[in-house]
Amino acid sequence: METAQITPFAAIAEFDTPGALVQAAEKVRKAGYSKTDALTPFPVHGIDEALGIPRSHLGYIVLCIGMMGTAAALLLQWWTGAVDYPLVIGGKPLFAFEFSIPVTFELTVLFSSFAAVFGMLALNGLPRFYHPLDNARMTRRVSDDRFVLVIDKSDPKFHPVETIGFLRSLNPISTELVED
Amino acid sequence: MADLAIKPPLAELNPPLVEGNHSYSTVTHTVSGIVERKTPKQWFIAISISGAITLMMLGMIGYLFLNGVGVWGNNSPVGWAWDITNFVFWIGIGHAGTLISAILFLFRQKWRTSINRAAEAMTLFAVACALLFPLIHVGRPWRAYWMFPIPNTDLNMWQNFRSPLLWDVFAVSTYGTVSALFWYVGLLPDLATLRDRARTRIRQLVYGVLSLGWRGSARAWRHYEMAYLILAGLSTPLVLSVHTIVSFDFAVSIIPGWHTTIFPPYFVAGAIFSGFAMVVTLMVIFRYAFQLEDLVTIKHLENMNIVMLATGSIVGYAYATELFIAWYSGNMYEKFAFLNRTTGPYWWAYWTMVSCNVISPQFFWFKKLRRNIPFMFVISIFVNIGMWFERFVIIVTSLHRDFLPSSWGYFRPTFVDVCTFIGTLGFFTTLFLLFVRFLPMIAISEVKGVMPAPGASERGQH
Repeated sequence: METAQITPFAAIAEFDTPGALVQAAEKVRKAGYSKTDALTPFPVHGIDEALGIPRSHLGYIVLCIGMMGTAAALLLQWWTGAVDYPLVIGGKPLFAFEFSIPVTFELTVLFSSFAAVFGMLALNGLPRFYHPLDNARMTRRVSDDRFVLVIDKSDPKFHPVETIGFLRSLNPISTELVED
Repeated sequence: MADLAIKPPLAELNPPLVEGNHSYSTVTHTVSGIVERKTPKQWFIAISISGAITLMMLGMIGYLFLNGVGVWGNNSPVGWAWDITNFVFWIGIGHAGTLISAILFLFRQKWRTSINRAAEAMTLFAVACALLFPLIHVGRPWRAYWMFPIPNTDLNMWQNFRSPLLWDVFAVSTYGTVSALFWYVGLLPDLATLRDRARTRIRQLVYGVLSLGWRGSARAWRHYEMAYLILAGLSTPLVLSVHTIVSFDFAVSIIPGWHTTIFPPYFVAGAIFSGFAMVVTLMVIFRYAFQLEDLVTIKHLENMNIVMLATGSIVGYAYATELFIAWYSGNMYEKFAFLNRTTGPYWWAYWTMVSCNVISPQFFWFKKLRRNIPFMFVISIFVNIGMWFERFVIIVTSLHRDFLPSSWGYFRPTFVDVCTFIGTLGFFTTLFLLFVRFLPMIAISEVKGVMPAPGASERGQH
């Protein structure tokens, strides 16, 4: 009844165990929905396969930026020590890969870690302080003990009434149509 | 059939990681409750004491800045003494936090989830205490940025990348930064929990901003888990490299007693040993203070004691190897350095170190003792003391008798040395008390992940 007045953002259904969520997610995918998501208090095993979420490619980002760290460290040590201000200390060579290993290693790790953290945030679109899903009554408990299945309005199969009806058939605790 | 019968039941081999009758929401409530309840009176008492000690440390540092490093007992031939001892002591303590959060994660040791948050916080605060010492030891601390390759107009030259001391600058600052990142990533979901539970506007704002809008979406979790795995994979070699490079500060020099190839593994084992002792010290106190016995079970403490037993034995073995090699090498300077270490003027420090580090963890061979909380608390304190002495022994006994008897000396700490070190204990405690008051000291989302799912047994029936 309220569906007539509001612009929907998503249809969501709430479950109380990770197992129930994964079972429902399987059915949602098999029904042909693809713009789906789940909100869970901890990473639930099997949910990625159940919803058909592809593997994260964060690793490639980290690898590229980490290698930039390696290159930056080697350049820094070679340029400062052997080019810009050559100083003979203890008869050691101005540049050699042996003595540059520790600093190169540390800077590789430093660059990679920044890439991992900020890459993860960027891929997730964080920080994001407002999200339409926050309008939903049930998402407050997601960070506690509830498992919520989300079907986005951008899904080609999305229909405010039929999708909610389909979600109800999956035996959730409750369902809700979230306003945009 | 027969060998099946003598196997202990599964429950005994794999005791539950969460005891008591907990559901997801009671775990949330137990951990968040610590942050949300009215501040206990004991917390105020504790923080006033530790805060006063921190102020004393700041006073000592101010006094040092006004007068120079001469206010310490350091003098030729002992140019490194309590400052570097304290630096290595604190940085070593940090290593247990990273071991628990990264290495045990890669080894799929699920018991780490109850203790990793507090252990990582301990790492950060220990690194903060450690970084202080090289910074105030440089003589002109307002020029401390000379340690980094920052273009400037007053130094007009570059750092010497051939020096282990510069490697150490990079190692320790990278370690501090990566530990902070790792810790914060772990905190994100729990900050979101606190945000969702917040009742006051200020809490909603603070935890809302800190949690960066984390919503627990499955699409976000997959990147999150990947980031966590990568950070664990990066931190594992990092933590081993940090104490390796710290040991290079000594091993790359030509001082007898320092110039040994055993230093890197020996330092890493010692670091993990001392760090676990500090985790046990802290967990015994805070688990009791906040009634977290269901989450930090006796099994957790027992596992940490087993790690202490293992690493303590490695450390003992390294002591024996050092002595053996000193004799076997036939090098008279090496021989003298170790004879002087064990029987010279600092014999008391050497034997304090051996009794605390080698003998005391051996009690943990006995199951009864390693599950006895007051006993393990006492042993953890002994190990903390012993590991401080280890660094003191390595540094001071190798320096105080130089190659020429005319340059022999005896290091005595001044009250500034002593009060600065005690001050860092207060500083560390203050930071830890602030942490347990304002942030969840147990990783809520990770504990939920290792709990048995509710209804798991019924689901199989239909």
